[in-house]
Amino acid sequence: MKIHEYQAKEIFAAAQIPVPLGQVASSVAEVASIAESYGRPVMIKAQVHVGGRGKAGGIQYAANVEAARVWAQKILGMDIKGLTVKKVLVTEAADIASESYVGIIIDRAQKKPVIMVSAAGGIDIEEVAAKTPEKIIKMAVDPTTGLKAYQARELAGNLYKDQALVRQAADVIMKLYDVYWKVDASLVEINPLITTPSGKVVALDAKINIDDNGLYRHKDVAAMRDLDAEDPSEVEARDGDLSFVKLSGNIGCIVNGAGLAMATMDLVKYYGGDPANFLDIGGSSNPQKVLTAMRIILRDQNVRAILINIFGGITRCDDVANGIVMAYEELKPEIPIVVRLTGTNADKAKVILKKVNLESADTLDNVVKKAIALAELEPMAEGRIQ
Amino acid sequence: MSILINKKTKVIVQGITGRDGSFHAEQMKKYGTNVVGGVTPGKGGTEVNGIPVFNSVADAVAKTKANTSVIYVPPSFAIDAVYEAVDAGISLIVCITEGVPANDMLKVYDYVKSRGARLIGPNCPGLISPGESKVGIMPGSIVKKGPVGVVSRSGTLTYEAIWALTCAGIGQTTCIGIGGDQIIGTNFIDTLELFEADPATKAVVMIGEIGGTDEEMAAEFVRKKMTKPVVGFIAGRMAPPGKRMGHAGAIISGGSGTAKEKIEALNKAGIPVAVSPTEIPALIREKMQAAARKPAAKKAATVKKAKGIGKVKPGKAIMTKKQRIAPKARKVGAKKRK
Repeated sequence: MKIHEYQAKEIFAAAQIPVPLGQVASSVAEVASIAESYGRPVMIKAQVHVGGRGKAGGIQYAANVEAARVWAQKILGMDIKGLTVKKVLVTEAADIASESYVGIIIDRAQKKPVIMVSAAGGIDIEEVAAKTPEKIIKMAVDPTTGLKAYQARELAGNLYKDQALVRQAADVIMKLYDVYWKVDASLVEINPLITTPSGKVVALDAKINIDDNGLYRHKDVAAMRDLDAEDPSEVEARDGDLSFVKLSGNIGCIVNGAGLAMATMDLVKYYGGDPANFLDIGGSSNPQKVLTAMRIILRDQNVRAILINIFGGITRCDDVANGIVMAYEELKPEIPIVVRLTGTNADKAKVILKKVNLESADTLDNVVKKAIALAELEPMAEGRIQ
Repeated sequence: MSILINKKTKVIVQGITGRDGSFHAEQMKKYGTNVVGGVTPGKGGTEVNGIPVFNSVADAVAKTKANTSVIYVPPSFAIDAVYEAVDAGISLIVCITEGVPANDMLKVYDYVKSRGARLIGPNCPGLISPGESKVGIMPGSIVKKGPVGVVSRSGTLTYEAIWALTCAGIGQTTCIGIGGDQIIGTNFIDTLELFEADPATKAVVMIGEIGGTDEEMAAEFVRKKMTKPVVGFIAGRMAPPGKRMGHAGAIISGGSGTAKEKIEALNKAGIPVAVSPTEIPALIREKMQAAARKPAAKKAATVKKAKGIGKVKPGKAIMTKKQRIAPKARKVGAKKRK
């Protein structure tokens, strides 16, 4: 799960990592009143779940309240990489002497958290990583013993020569490592970590991604989820305990198991079609899940055929078939549906599916080809579904 | 022959009184797995489908001499269950549970390794050695005894591949699902090493997916160290970057972990990659026939290469516990002897 910069900064502040004064706002009036209360130049920063906000024009300097008002007007509602800006962070503008980078992620190959630092921080860090990777220093930390103070000093020593700055940065790195574990993060990042002309180290930006599997023990962090920033169908899928990712094609896919769902999409593409989504109904046979899946897919106006591929192992095909019949009767889809159910209780499932008028296929390849053929025959969606 | 589990494997079920635990304990027993006990704290002394329940893994091990455990407890208890199994001296721990936090797994991974145990999963379907034993949730009806090892990060996709093999008359030594999470106890290379050393396994099917670099590293391992043919499949060619595709580990991050990279790495190592799971049997048959056509040359190569990496001699490749646990230590020892 992604959280916004202003939320990440709240977590940083609670961990005593120095951050500039700031407040979130969702209207021009709020922005103006915050800027006025600060009585000094501010930065207006778009809060969207995407990188490159600065380059897209979503981060602006405002010397006074009037400028803050003008920029807030422009940034609120702005589109950044397909996402609409609904909130901005108003924060004190800082004087910057230098910009560094600090980040922590899991290294899957080493099976350890890895701390990355670079003296070449700022908006071009991705370019630095691509072109001059030697400028990014990495250190794997033993997860059982944790980060030691001397290791943090060594990392910080790569950023600054001034020992007073090294000491502050080492402290920030130690605290950042604690935050990483405390919130079950999959990534924490400060870019840039700045020094001010007066010799202070400050986290000017903050990014935290949370491991979804850890959310159950962090109700406060889970509550930070911004439903406005997500695709509504993905939100509905998550509430229905489905794994769903929207794509741009016209063949809706309902599959059990993530690997098989990916393989099914890949085959749709391979045989010349275009999948509309990734959807895994999971290991359970709950008919309700099939209903939710079908409802989400039918709402997508691009979809011209639905492909259902179930390999019954522990999932029983007859249970899924009951779900399909239920969904069919309740939603009355007007586009073709092709079903392939194989494995446990597939014979019983076939009898159940005779109640409704569906196409069927026996193999993975055939169900995909049939779905593509039917989608091509189907007229465009306009006015077809309510 | 098989890897990791066989008729003699003595299994306990952690979380046996739960819905999943009791159901799968019965399924395993029906398949012929030697399920000797179950564990649910506080329910010791009771029975589930004729299987005795113990309060702790240590109790169960003391009474039953179990060497393998399968975990079906909810994610918030799964990590504790793994530690308990390790501390009770279980050597093979299979964690079916999905939803274990990745950072917890970092600590567990080191702990399991340091105690000489082996963890499979989490978030995996377990494993099955056809006709011998199944530990986990794979359906027994789709497998058939034969010469092919199957290793996969997935569940139902694995069933699809196994079923295709079985329908084509190609049986399996052991099928193993290593799990769809970012941090898993046993990876492709660990499993390929075991298949390479198992005399009954003549070829291996490796089913990967987007995310991480395990497939690339496995390809390198196959190129350098394996004598047996390997056929691959990679799921997620269509996956958009930055989106988690169901499995916690199936995500393209920072442009790395794409299917394209993985397929190229596999091909470079001489591993053909099937476009559809249904193509796998034909590719396996082709590879096995090619290997059989030049038996003399292949055998010589086997001996030579096997010596080079410290493998036991063909025909004598029975894995001892020590070898299973510490393949790296074994390599060093072999080099020294040479």
